[in-house]
Amino acid sequence: MKDTYDNRTPALSPADDPANAARLRQLWETPPGLRGQLATVDHKIIGIRYLVTAFLFLVLGGLEALMMRLQLAHADQHLLSPAQYNQMFSMHGITMIFLYALPVLSGFSNYLWPLLLGSRDMAFPRLNAFSYWIYLFSGIFIYTSFLAGGGPDSGWFNYVPYTALNYNPGQGIDFYALGMILFGISTTAGSINFIVTVFRTRAPGMSLNRLPILIWGTLTASLGNLLAVPAVSLAFFMLWMDRRIGTRFFDEGGGGDPLLWQHLFWMFGHPWVYAIVLPAMGIVSDGLPTFCRRPLVGYTPVALSTVATMFIGFGVWVHHMFATGLPALSMSFFSAASFIIVIPSAVAVFAWIATIWLGRPVFKVPFLFFASFVLLFVIGGVSGFMTAAVPLDWQLTDTYFIVAHLHYVLLGINVFPVIGGVYFWFPKMTGRLLDERLGRWNFWTLFIGFNLAFFPMHISGLLGMPRRVYTYPAGYGWDTLNFITTLGAFLFAAGVLLFVFNVALSLRRGEIAGPNPWYASTLEWAVSSPPPPYNFAVIPTVASRHPLWETHLPEEGSGRSILDQGAPLAEARETFGVTALDGEPDVILRMPTDSWTPLVMALLLTALGYGALLRNWALCGWVSVGVVGCLLVWLWPPAAPAKTLKYRTMDVRYD
Amino acid sequence: MATPLNYLRSFGPAADPLAALGWGLIAISLAVTAIIAVLLALAIFRHRDTDRPGTGEPLPVTRESKGMAWIYIGVGITAVVLFASTLWTVRTVTAVYSPASTPALTVDVTARQWWWEVKYRGDDPALALTTANEIHIPTGEPVRINLASADVIHSFWVPQLAGKTDVIPGKNNTAWLQAEKAGDYFARCGEYCGAQHAHMEFHVIAQAPADFAAWRRRQLAAAAAPETVELRHGQQVFLMRCSVCHAVRGTLAGGNFGPDLTHLASRATIAAGLLANNAENDAAWVDDAQALKPGSGMPALHLPARELADVVAYLRSLK
Repeated sequence: MKDTYDNRTPALSPADDPANAARLRQLWETPPGLRGQLATVDHKIIGIRYLVTAFLFLVLGGLEALMMRLQLAHADQHLLSPAQYNQMFSMHGITMIFLYALPVLSGFSNYLWPLLLGSRDMAFPRLNAFSYWIYLFSGIFIYTSFLAGGGPDSGWFNYVPYTALNYNPGQGIDFYALGMILFGISTTAGSINFIVTVFRTRAPGMSLNRLPILIWGTLTASLGNLLAVPAVSLAFFMLWMDRRIGTRFFDEGGGGDPLLWQHLFWMFGHPWVYAIVLPAMGIVSDGLPTFCRRPLVGYTPVALSTVATMFIGFGVWVHHMFATGLPALSMSFFSAASFIIVIPSAVAVFAWIATIWLGRPVFKVPFLFFASFVLLFVIGGVSGFMTAAVPLDWQLTDTYFIVAHLHYVLLGINVFPVIGGVYFWFPKMTGRLLDERLGRWNFWTLFIGFNLAFFPMHISGLLGMPRRVYTYPAGYGWDTLNFITTLGAFLFAAGVLLFVFNVALSLRRGEIAGPNPWYASTLEWAVSSPPPPYNFAVIPTVASRHPLWETHLPEEGSGRSILDQGAPLAEARETFGVTALDGEPDVILRMPTDSWTPLVMALLLTALGYGALLRNWALCGWVSVGVVGCLLVWLWPPAAPAKTLKYRTMDVRYD
Repeated sequence: MATPLNYLRSFGPAADPLAALGWGLIAISLAVTAIIAVLLALAIFRHRDTDRPGTGEPLPVTRESKGMAWIYIGVGITAVVLFASTLWTVRTVTAVYSPASTPALTVDVTARQWWWEVKYRGDDPALALTTANEIHIPTGEPVRINLASADVIHSFWVPQLAGKTDVIPGKNNTAWLQAEKAGDYFARCGEYCGAQHAHMEFHVIAQAPADFAAWRRRQLAAAAAPETVELRHGQQVFLMRCSVCHAVRGTLAGGNFGPDLTHLASRATIAAGLLANNAENDAAWVDDAQALKPGSGMPALHLPARELADVVAYLRSLK
């Protein structure tokens, strides 16, 4: 083993050394053309792909929603047949919850993490490319069900036995089940990558107590997913076996239990809900202070409450099952846990309000999204608090009140921060600012449309309107409310269109941003917009939570972050590996180059999915051989073995 | 405005504590939202005069102290409210988990895609009866409901009398209802159960105990015998075309795939609450149920006009 180590003290150089920059560009840049694009492992390209793909799925899910809203605009309409409507609401849920909500946040995290952490890429760049490809293919896989006779029609929650073969003989459920297994691979790979990245590839001095909250959010979500996703992947695999192989896991006639599905699904499902909001809350916790011209109030409690939310989030899944006839004692436990989970959320809410109160808000468009988010968060929070009360939930569950609640949570806490986040980081990603004037119109259309669409649902739900009905009779007090909801939905859709228009316009004509148009504090704003392929010409040394605000905040930390001088690490694709807690560099990591194997692997696994769907075992067998071959190629040691370069004690204090 | 599924108005001890809890938590929620909205608005506009964006220079970054007090006070108050709400919740669970006295009457309800079969037990089998989509109960006393599913998961929900109880295959859940006031309480399936989940309603009809006893007696009687030529023809058509699925006690019709129709004409609705029970709707339903409730178990029969008229006349005679 001895010869694989090489003690090396990297040379230091100034950040603006052009020779160094040229060498790094040659090492890191994705070659032009399709071949380069398909093989790239650049986290920034992958991040933008995640964002764009997730946004396309958002539009698709939105179109499904609009069709439903047309149907429900008045009582007794039949624009869609029951079968069509049920596929619409199922695919709307599947698309938004799985194919949009987490991937869009992974997009931000993929793009931003190495920039925020002061490193050059994610810990596993090829795994990163792979998790994107398999996400894309899993979405396409599920959507191809429409070409094969009909999509899944049992809701995203997919309760057995309605999804058992005898009640649901079509292939829609198989597409969903196998697609979710593929999607689970993407989530798992992505989560592992985030977790290792945060503990391993940071800049010297980026200790855990200096991480931006977005990183805490995504780290927590990733840890949660790693524990939660196996439950749902397993559940979907068992369901598929029940349907196609003849097992009886969920069949009470065969000794199985339909409630087992609900437990497995919600053991995953509820932590998942936190996984798709915590990173978005992180976006706000990092973005909002920028526009309040002060650091976040209560960094430590907010970071801890992020982790606490996920921790408690694993103890509340039964609140989706309060009406299933469980014993009163266990219901009381899960009810209490569901109340307690409000506390970490309250920490964040008061931290945000205090940040605005004690700051001096600058009314830029991202601020509008982030500040309004706080209100939507609270509305979604209090309606969630109401459903935590078991006996009240016996009335609320499966009514439009829940639809209102979950949309305040998922649009309020995910979509608003996401759109605000795009306004915030668009200049970093493209070098141009989004148009402010259009942005204001965009915000108000979305804000008014959203509340017009979803607030009345609280009332229709309290008046007893059930969820998942393709039509409803007149005379129950629901008519006007539904009509308002439909109007709001179309207004919201207009807001989304305005957003697309603004992006399209500003890509070409937007104001040039410069490196730090918002005078923000974190490392990504220290590099050019868009950042160079290698992110940092020299690896920065971090001494505080706000490296770019240190001159204004004398009490921040003891030292000064060093951004203009550092280790260029330009002998190959290299970045620092650091100790988990303190961010002391202990190795120089050799990062992998671009590769086709992630794409090929994702394609092969997708083919395996189709093989299982067609129950073509020969195809499955051959593809599996291909998977093993692809793994060998992926993991084959390079001709010149990559050296893990042992790094002698790094003296980070350059002056 | 009629709001028959509005569960914030309740009419019995299984639902009253839920409605009270509902109003209470709504009040807390509205208060919290209002307080946060005011704080947020004040926070946003407090320094409005001092910042004029567009002056060119960025506002300097500053840090004021005392921010943590917001978190301590805010979370402290929140925790107290949550604790009180938890206690109220647990008290409510205890209050409605089981009725104050043991129910004298038990009704067996079987949920099916997409209708409700309702059976009353009798000490003597001759006193047992089967009906559909209507549960009659006496007022002023608790009634136990035994729930079973013949197919997928449904949920038994009479909003103004009790919260939901899921109906799960292989699991014998029970619910209880008590109506303090006579009336027609709208009810429906509360869990998505397939194509026609939208049309899986039923009615709980609470009657004074004497009226309920009279109803039960009438339901126990065999079906009325056809008295005219048309009705006899209608019965023949019924026996040929309908009796495989539907039962009419006192005749050869004994099918049990669809609702028991012995006293169909005494019910207010057909097709699980979809249509009012009148001659016109009955004819439309028998003629082409798939057009009215696509996917339902009732096939489109498309009977010749005379057969249709007579079978509907026969059904209307089943009082």
